[in-house]
Amino acid sequence: MKHTTLNRIGFQLFALLLAFGIASLVLLAVGASPVQIYKDMFGSLGTKGKIADVLVSWAPLLLATAGLLITFAAGLWNIGVEGQITFGAIGTTLVLRLLQNSAMNAGLIIALSIFAGMLAGALWAALAGALKTFGGVNEIFGGLGLNFVATALTIYLVFGPWKRPGTGSMSGTQPFPEQFNLPLFEGLRLSPWALVVAVVGIVFVYFLLQGTYFGLRLKAVGKNFRAAYLLGIPTWQYMMFSFLLCGALSGAAGALQVTAVYHRLIPSISSGYGYLGLMVAMLVNYQAIAAIPVAFFFAALNIGSIQLPIVHKLDSSFSGVLQGLLVLFILLAEGARQRLTPKA
Amino acid sequence: MKVELRGIHKYFGVNHANDDITLTIPSGTIQGILGENGAGKSTLMKILSGFIHADSGEVLLDGKPVVIESPAVAIHDGIGMLHQDPLDFPPMRVIDNFMLGQKGGLFPNRTRAARDLRRLQKEFDFDIDPENYVDSLTVGERQQLEIMRLLYLGARVFILDEPTTGISAAQKDKLFETLKKFRKQAITVIFVSHKLEDVEKLCDQVAVLRQGKLVGAMDKPFDQKKLVEMMFGKEVPLGTKQTACQDRTVLNLDRVSIEGMRLKIKDIDFHICEGEVVGLAGMEGSGQDLFLRACAGLIRTVGGVVKVNDRDLTGKSYHTYKKHGVEFLPAARLEQALAPGLTLAEHFILAEKQTGVFINHERGRRLAEERIKTFNIKGAPVSPVESLSGGNQQRTLLSLLRHPLSLVLVEHPTRGLDIESVVYIWGKLKERCKQGAAIVFMSSDLDEILQYSDRVLVFYNGRISHPFDANKTNVQQLGELIGGKGWNE
Repeated sequence: MKHTTLNRIGFQLFALLLAFGIASLVLLAVGASPVQIYKDMFGSLGTKGKIADVLVSWAPLLLATAGLLITFAAGLWNIGVEGQITFGAIGTTLVLRLLQNSAMNAGLIIALSIFAGMLAGALWAALAGALKTFGGVNEIFGGLGLNFVATALTIYLVFGPWKRPGTGSMSGTQPFPEQFNLPLFEGLRLSPWALVVAVVGIVFVYFLLQGTYFGLRLKAVGKNFRAAYLLGIPTWQYMMFSFLLCGALSGAAGALQVTAVYHRLIPSISSGYGYLGLMVAMLVNYQAIAAIPVAFFFAALNIGSIQLPIVHKLDSSFSGVLQGLLVLFILLAEGARQRLTPKA
Repeated sequence: MKVELRGIHKYFGVNHANDDITLTIPSGTIQGILGENGAGKSTLMKILSGFIHADSGEVLLDGKPVVIESPAVAIHDGIGMLHQDPLDFPPMRVIDNFMLGQKGGLFPNRTRAARDLRRLQKEFDFDIDPENYVDSLTVGERQQLEIMRLLYLGARVFILDEPTTGISAAQKDKLFETLKKFRKQAITVIFVSHKLEDVEKLCDQVAVLRQGKLVGAMDKPFDQKKLVEMMFGKEVPLGTKQTACQDRTVLNLDRVSIEGMRLKIKDIDFHICEGEVVGLAGMEGSGQDLFLRACAGLIRTVGGVVKVNDRDLTGKSYHTYKKHGVEFLPAARLEQALAPGLTLAEHFILAEKQTGVFINHERGRRLAEERIKTFNIKGAPVSPVESLSGGNQQRTLLSLLRHPLSLVLVEHPTRGLDIESVVYIWGKLKERCKQGAAIVFMSSDLDEILQYSDRVLVFYNGRISHPFDANKTNVQQLGELIGGKGWNE
């Protein structure tokens, strides 16, 4: 057992080296200095403000990952997570718009709006789930289609019914008054509430998958659909449940984007956290706790790359290149390990 | 083309699928290959057509030794195989399928191919529209297309694997006519089948395989009785049996009809009592699997009434049947019955009644240890199920059965298992019978069926025989029925 763990760590370190090596080659090819760039990307983590910025994107990323771990456990590729985040943000915005002029307590309104975001995310996921279970549409295609619909809907809302006074703009809807923003740490852009929601989400998923009958049944469905059915598990209901839970968690991510980060609906509200979450979920291989540091690392890459265009005239999508390479090589290394390690 | 096989051996793990097979087929002969499921027919044919490689032995074509690396090499050497399910491309046109495998660079000559296809059609009196899509053809027509394609590729040896399944009687006649024409062209035909009737009608000589060995060969005219004996082996002494059904009926089928992909079974009347064992005999795919699944609610019946313990469960799902004490154990253990990646303990937890939200891992571990001991499973509570051997997986499945049970439906209870496991598993199943469960199982091993069942049903092409008393029937009688003899039209 111990030998296997060591073996695995060795292979993954090698994969890490390879990923950074190839990313360096890419940098060299465009005439940049890899050492300088990595230094700038990670070195900036030194300040408190920067760490807070990383955590700002860590929270929604972790929530999306948490949701995805549930659908992964059920053997589903919920690509539709992007749309679920977006729809969650729409739900939150809707409730805030409806209630912002009411006499209700602002804190209560925020809580309601986050709840609405979760509900909206779950609804959007339920659509993908229903397409899969009742329509025979693979969740990858259904999800992808619904992502486009959600994005289109956002743009329609931003430029149409919810546009700012005057003309609509890509910068989004009219920001909500300050009392409808989640409170921030003094002098930072980070909200403690966002951290709380994210941590609660991942801990919930950890216990769900590790310790409950529900989680075990979900895993049985994911590992072998037919065997699960013969064991007496209502398989399609469990698939639908996993979609609903994933949708609720990614909807919460969308809600945080509105209430804690942008304070309005913007066209790219999901910020790609869904796709990034898919990568994190693949990397951590069902281990919910491992998602905490891995998501942090990915968020750090995102934040670190923001200044690449300014300082080095490089596109900030370099972080995406690095993240993609990491996933690719770590999965490759796992495959190679299983192939090269003689079976006991 | 003359085909010689010399000392062919093939192992799959410990299973000796082909054991020293030597066979000579003269040019222009139609050679029948008979044998039960798992006798090694398919393995031998796959070796000859390059799908798999023999562990030892050689193949000679017209006296020259050849190494058949792949199906492409096989067809280059003149060996073409017609698979039971035609290996064609349904979404493509007939003419495109016909040209597949041709050498001819980037720009195939469609006009010439179309002309050649017409010529071949005329020669064999086939009538397929070249511009039609393959998925609109019948299985028989697809077969004809494959035959012409292989001929066009220069095949001089044709291997046909169960070619008469799923085609109409007229198409069968045409197929036989075509194959007989091959004789004159010195094309050799190897006809793999379990249908005695077809083999008798068509073949010049027959070889019989059983348990991987070539157990006999015969030239025309064939002694049917002897062929059956070669296929299924000699009589075995039988254990004690329950003679009649005195107890409560567990399962009752009243004029039940089932429709599968290939087969329809009509108006089944059947019942089984507490403690009884019924064996289903027949070649694979003759309807036994459909029958078992229909009894478990895994496929919908299209007519009639299914009653379990006198309760009407027609049209209900497997989970309802399960609630009434019915369990189904599929043959593909790892594919359909166990969840690879989950441990033994997790399987036991899943199969047990669950209370509360959180898993009691300690209880799961204890449960697993206890079952591992009672069922003599070689594994630990934390072993993933896929790490167990086949015999231990089957023991695990049995240990997952709940108490009490009314009816256990088993597909191939002991396929691929060692003798020790076979004896053990039947011991456990019989134990269940004593506790009042009825068992229906299918098997391709006639000895197993005769040894363990009280009554036997024979399946042939979607038809079901009346129940035979296992004490009063024998391998000969069942074997003939399995081979399609003695069914009144």
